[in-house]
Amino acid sequence: MKKFALCLLAATTLAGTAALAQGELNYTTADVVKFPRTIYAGEVAGVATNSKGHIFVFQRAGNPWIALGGSRIFTHGGDQLLQFDQNGTFVREIGKANYAATVANSVRVDARDNIWAVDRTSGMVIKFAPDGSRILMLLGRKPESINVTIAGGGGAGRGAAPAEGAAPAAPRGAAAAAPAPTAGRGGPPGAGSQADTFSGSSDVAWDAQGNIFVSDGWGANNRVAKFTPDGVFVKSFGQTGSDNQSLNSPRSLAVDAVGNVYVADHNNNRVQVLDNNLNYVRSITGVGAPWAVCISPGATQYLYVSNSNTPDNLEAAGEIYKMQLNGSVVGRFGKAGKGPREFGTVNQMDCRQANTLYTAEAGAWRVQKVTLR
Amino acid sequence: MKSYLTPAILIALLATVAPGVSQQRATIEDGPKVADLNYRAVPGFFKVPRGMQFGETQGIATNSKGHVFVYFRDPQTRMWEFDQNGNFVKEIGKGYYGFLYAHSMRIDRHDNIWAVDEGTNIVTKFDPTGTKVLLVIGTRPPVADGISTAGAPTTPDENYLLCRPADVAFDLDDNIFVADGYCNNRVVKYDKNGKFLAKIGKRATGTGVGEFNLPHGLQVDKAGNVYVADRGNARHVVLDNNLNWKAAYTQYGSAWSNCISTEGPKQYLFMTNSNPNGNPPGSWAITGQIYKAELDGTVIGKFGKAGKLEPNFQVVHMMDCRNPNVIFVGEIESWRAQKFVLQSTTTAAAPAAGAR
Repeated sequence: MKKFALCLLAATTLAGTAALAQGELNYTTADVVKFPRTIYAGEVAGVATNSKGHIFVFQRAGNPWIALGGSRIFTHGGDQLLQFDQNGTFVREIGKANYAATVANSVRVDARDNIWAVDRTSGMVIKFAPDGSRILMLLGRKPESINVTIAGGGGAGRGAAPAEGAAPAAPRGAAAAAPAPTAGRGGPPGAGSQADTFSGSSDVAWDAQGNIFVSDGWGANNRVAKFTPDGVFVKSFGQTGSDNQSLNSPRSLAVDAVGNVYVADHNNNRVQVLDNNLNYVRSITGVGAPWAVCISPGATQYLYVSNSNTPDNLEAAGEIYKMQLNGSVVGRFGKAGKGPREFGTVNQMDCRQANTLYTAEAGAWRVQKVTLR
Repeated sequence: MKSYLTPAILIALLATVAPGVSQQRATIEDGPKVADLNYRAVPGFFKVPRGMQFGETQGIATNSKGHVFVYFRDPQTRMWEFDQNGNFVKEIGKGYYGFLYAHSMRIDRHDNIWAVDEGTNIVTKFDPTGTKVLLVIGTRPPVADGISTAGAPTTPDENYLLCRPADVAFDLDDNIFVADGYCNNRVVKYDKNGKFLAKIGKRATGTGVGEFNLPHGLQVDKAGNVYVADRGNARHVVLDNNLNWKAAYTQYGSAWSNCISTEGPKQYLFMTNSNPNGNPPGSWAITGQIYKAELDGTVIGKFGKAGKLEPNFQVVHMMDCRNPNVIFVGEIESWRAQKFVLQSTTTAAAPAAGAR
């Protein structure tokens, strides 16, 4: 039934840039998440697992809408954060219809099993308790009014982020009467404010001390921000650009065991590696346009990088790279598509186990479990 | 003694779209000279319905029975009633045409429930059960009139039209006072049936006598004096019952909101020096606390500090202080409502402070 690709397993030792000698890894995919009858799949933006193997799916669902106020319009959406057990059986919805829910972008589970949801249009990061019953901390604040561009496609204020086919409503518009809240006072373009005000928060990660790292790359900002475990702003890295101190659409990030930060610097076709104090260390290139990253735990950590296809193109990209942390490629697997063993715009990935991935596919509206042989 | 007041400009704020106003300033005060009041949080007081949560908690108020009402921004702006033990009782105003973007709520001496909505520009008086609309002030622009997406105010400065109103208060004659708020920068007085009586302020923001820059919190004492938290000017203004200017207290920080206690032999004025939206670095060191003062502006003490985790404050938007020793706060950026028990105070040890 299943045809496995030839496993080449060329464990290259090339550092820095990935070379062409990339082996196709042997892998299978499976649909493991069983949606209840009352909930439909939407654009799956994020997926994560906790220590018990439960699966958390963060998707764009329902119908984003605006309400007409006396002086302003108010934008709301329909994110759903769904918990499934280790068998894929639905457990509960978390944070149902909360105020931040606008355009889901990531969910991650920290070392203590707290669940973190990242919404990019409201610019908010929500920390839920492990059972999802209550909110422990918030970063960011949803803009009071989010302008809506009537014309299709992108819109003012989206910065350099390319249009993503199915982005619903409300791109961040530059308000006419006031500076965009995240414009950053006097700083370089895309540097954002030195605070927890996000333009398009895309992902969250933590180091072993519990410090919080947030990538802010789906709006006007192109930066990564660091916070203490209590949510106090520490520092941010990046501005719009392509040099080593800049980022262009950072869409995902992960932190390794010693605290280095790996940023999917999508439009610059590289993974930027920063140290724990957000100083530039090196760039990893040769892996397409990184859209999603994750790092597996254990003594030998691996970095997975998805060169995700855009939803409007199933003929290019889509492969996922398995790498050593120094940037050398172990192998690659997959291609764009919506069938089995294909990937439909992987927006985020989970790799709590070294050879088991979960892919959140915003183009295929599904989660897949990937097992590497 | 007087030197303990040292205004300082804080970092500019990263407020959201708020035309003509901003939370640009906080004042710093020389902390050690103001007494720290003992207080304790009552963690987990509010038992929200399972699987649900508050949104941006804009309004919080208690009634004479000790029930607590929380008015918050959610995909649908909502108001929830809790009993005196924090158990959920019911939702008020579900589907109501005057609920779009919560800003403030207060409860009058008859236990009527008042909501101020800055999305619909409506101030609503509900009956004590929250099931019947008794009076509205303002008009919600109909959809057919179109809508500005530019964030600019569209409502003219007319006596019966509000523009992003911020707060409501009442005197013992049941006259109604509205802080009309983000674009009209005025305080308006109506009689108990909503008939216009007087106003102060003008559309343009100003820093002088008779001017406001976002009147954001509003209370009336038992003598009928009106207290305005003039947020953009970081001052608390006192007016007489006919809206004549009396005084301004400038030493209490960002002046986001105020509260005057009603139980007990004398009234106290609480003022919040809320930390700014966006939490710019350094801001927590000089903002966050709530002050307790005499009505004449003499400071009694302060409590609390800024922070994201309970029991700290994360942009306090409203306080309830019916009982001056039990303070409820609603916070914007933490989506929280919290209950605190505050030590009772006498005024004997309070240092003198200047009211200007």
